[in-house]
Amino acid sequence: MKKIIRVAALGGAVALALAACGSAPEETEETTGGETAASVDFKACMVSDAGGFDDKSFNQSGFEGLTRAVEELGIEEAHVESASDTDYTPNIDGLVAENCDLIIGVGFLLEDPIQAAAEANPDVNFALVDSSFSDADFAPVTLENGKPILFDTAQAAYLAGYAAAATSTTGKVATFGGIQIPSVTIFMDGFADGVAKFNEDNGGSVQLLGWDKATQQGVFAGNFDSQDDGKNIGQSFIDQGADIIMPVAGPVGIGTASVAEAAGNVAIIGVDADWYETTEYGPIVMTSVMKEIGPAVFDTISEAVDGNFSSEAYVGTLENEGLGLAPWHDFESKVPADVVTKIDELKAQIISGEITVESDATPS
Amino acid sequence: MSSQPPVPLPDAAVPPPGQTGVAEPTQEPDGGRRILHEMLTSSWLVSLLAIVLALILGGLLIAAADAEVQATASYFFSRPSDLISAAWTAVSEAYAALFAGAIYDPRAEELGRAVRPFTETLTVATPLILAGLGLGIGFRAGLFNIGAQGQIILGGIFAGYIGFTFDLPPFVHLLLCVFGAALGGALWAGIAGVLKARTGAHEVIVTIMLNNIAIYLVAYLLSLDAFQRPGSNNPVSPPIPDSASYPLLLGSGYRLHAGFLVAIAAAVFTWWLMERSTIGFRFRAVGSNPQAARTAGISVNATYVWVMLTAGAFAGLAGSAQVLGTEHVLTAGVAASYGFDAITVALLGRSKPLGTVLAGILFGALRAGGVVMQARTGTPIDIVLVVQSLIVLFIAAPPLVRSVFRLPSPDTPRAPKPVVPVAAKEVSA
Repeated sequence: MKKIIRVAALGGAVALALAACGSAPEETEETTGGETAASVDFKACMVSDAGGFDDKSFNQSGFEGLTRAVEELGIEEAHVESASDTDYTPNIDGLVAENCDLIIGVGFLLEDPIQAAAEANPDVNFALVDSSFSDADFAPVTLENGKPILFDTAQAAYLAGYAAAATSTTGKVATFGGIQIPSVTIFMDGFADGVAKFNEDNGGSVQLLGWDKATQQGVFAGNFDSQDDGKNIGQSFIDQGADIIMPVAGPVGIGTASVAEAAGNVAIIGVDADWYETTEYGPIVMTSVMKEIGPAVFDTISEAVDGNFSSEAYVGTLENEGLGLAPWHDFESKVPADVVTKIDELKAQIISGEITVESDATPS
Repeated sequence: MSSQPPVPLPDAAVPPPGQTGVAEPTQEPDGGRRILHEMLTSSWLVSLLAIVLALILGGLLIAAADAEVQATASYFFSRPSDLISAAWTAVSEAYAALFAGAIYDPRAEELGRAVRPFTETLTVATPLILAGLGLGIGFRAGLFNIGAQGQIILGGIFAGYIGFTFDLPPFVHLLLCVFGAALGGALWAGIAGVLKARTGAHEVIVTIMLNNIAIYLVAYLLSLDAFQRPGSNNPVSPPIPDSASYPLLLGSGYRLHAGFLVAIAAAVFTWWLMERSTIGFRFRAVGSNPQAARTAGISVNATYVWVMLTAGAFAGLAGSAQVLGTEHVLTAGVAASYGFDAITVALLGRSKPLGTVLAGILFGALRAGGVVMQARTGTPIDIVLVVQSLIVLFIAAPPLVRSVFRLPSPDTPRAPKPVVPVAAKEVSA
């Protein structure tokens, strides 16, 4: 028996050695011929949170910004996906070791690791999507080489809430979140205010299910990945009579869209990206509350390439088009014309400051 | 392959004849015990070959996922050398980066930076070793404890809460946190132990369910003000102060912390417990044959509870390594998937202390190397998870590995030959 093992081991070793010898020249050919030099000497890098770059949500949007920067600015890039919360620090360390000039972390969970890395590596620039930095006493702090990329999402959600209330035929609209965190509840707060505004202006009584802005309590899936949860929550809203639902939960909302489609007369409001384009449920997507993370990431990279990196926070608003309401697409004919004009008016009023949409989660 | 008798499914519901399976709460399906036994007794060579096989298959996947390989595959028959060289480049670069990220980075400019990858490997290995040791004790006592994930989370909650809430002198604070972590894990596992001893509830089901409860428990706790940072609604706890953190072993440039020493000490303790102490002897006796152990006067039910308490305490310590060692905060994802990876670590290490330490370091290396592999070559981190999973698959099926490498089965002399079933009965009697 032992002999056979020995023979097998020896055979394996010889085979490995032969394979290595045979292929070595090919490898050197490859390295001399393959690489093309980048036209700009700049390397932008990105770390996802546990959602990954294919989350149809903010990681994906951020990654699109990075990809666009590679195509348009000719920079180099590296990106690493985090499989869990414990991967953030090693992933960022890995990118620092890869000599990145700018490292962008996507998601508030990366706040501590990005901040620690920024303090330890003063010659590298960092950016952080969806969170700002804070010091040991939890007071906001500005880092010389760290730029927060934030969004006042309530502004766009407000418009969506108004439009939903104005379009609903059952008098009930709904929203729910993935996990109760500021970057989610800010959507729900804005949506709630939009519905309230419609009721106030028109003496209506459209009811909002799933979120109470005053008590900050509502329905949450508890995660950002279970489509089944999205189906269950969506179905319960439909059973209660809601005909427009805004799921603020990344891929969970796809499950909600599938039960909405099956119900027939229920519409969905997408979040982060234009769901008419990014999901297969286009015909039932009334509109989407878009957070332009991609362009914000692109602008941040582009500034850094030009040597103009600033640690000043970027706050996406309706005014700077960091936020927006997606086109109506198939709902062009279903949303009343006066509502469409009213939305444009409201948008102008928010931009001018006549209306301020407030949320506990508003970035300061 | 042909010389191996068919192995029954692990969850074979019908108790084999000869066992009086009526109101025995501690009754174990024979198949599960056999599979466990099989995994724990197959040779080291099989483990090694399982790793090699997993890396080879992982290499094929890396090649298949590579854009260059996909491009050259379209004209494979006109010029196959392009595909082969592209595949070789993809695989060798990926594995070179894996090595550089896990053991030694030849590209680093200074020695400190070059050996840092290995310290990373040990850092990641720490929770895996601790949780793996606990699971290994359970496996050797015949308990298939799947609940390390929940036990790590509970350990993390206890360690974290004591850490960020109280203000105590340095060494005392750390000690209290570590003790709390062990207690938290032990209590959580103890629930499964008591349920099994009292009611016969199967530990696999109970521990899996307790994992889910733990995941939602930590999410709920992190929504309370007591667990959040003042002025923030994010589900992230305040940072753990230095007084409660494991001291760094190699200074601030490295993440390796004293939790690794705890893991090594735990391995030595486990060896003493299982090989030298009376209680360990009871654990093993119950593991190899609960009926015989009961006849010999060992309280099987009490042993189950003690096994789970011990296993949970180790898993809880793994949680302390995360919260007090590397992350310094409590978040919902602080346990990563270590509880499940640790099952593999324990199985790969044959549930023995030394084996578990080595298997933990191997998995730590795959994890730490995977990070660099992803950053340098763009190879998805999922490949590492696939390699890990393949290792489990092959470990769980030793006959498969033996047949691939044409190794003889170690059980052959004892196993009844399928050709002469009648004669076998007489031999075994």
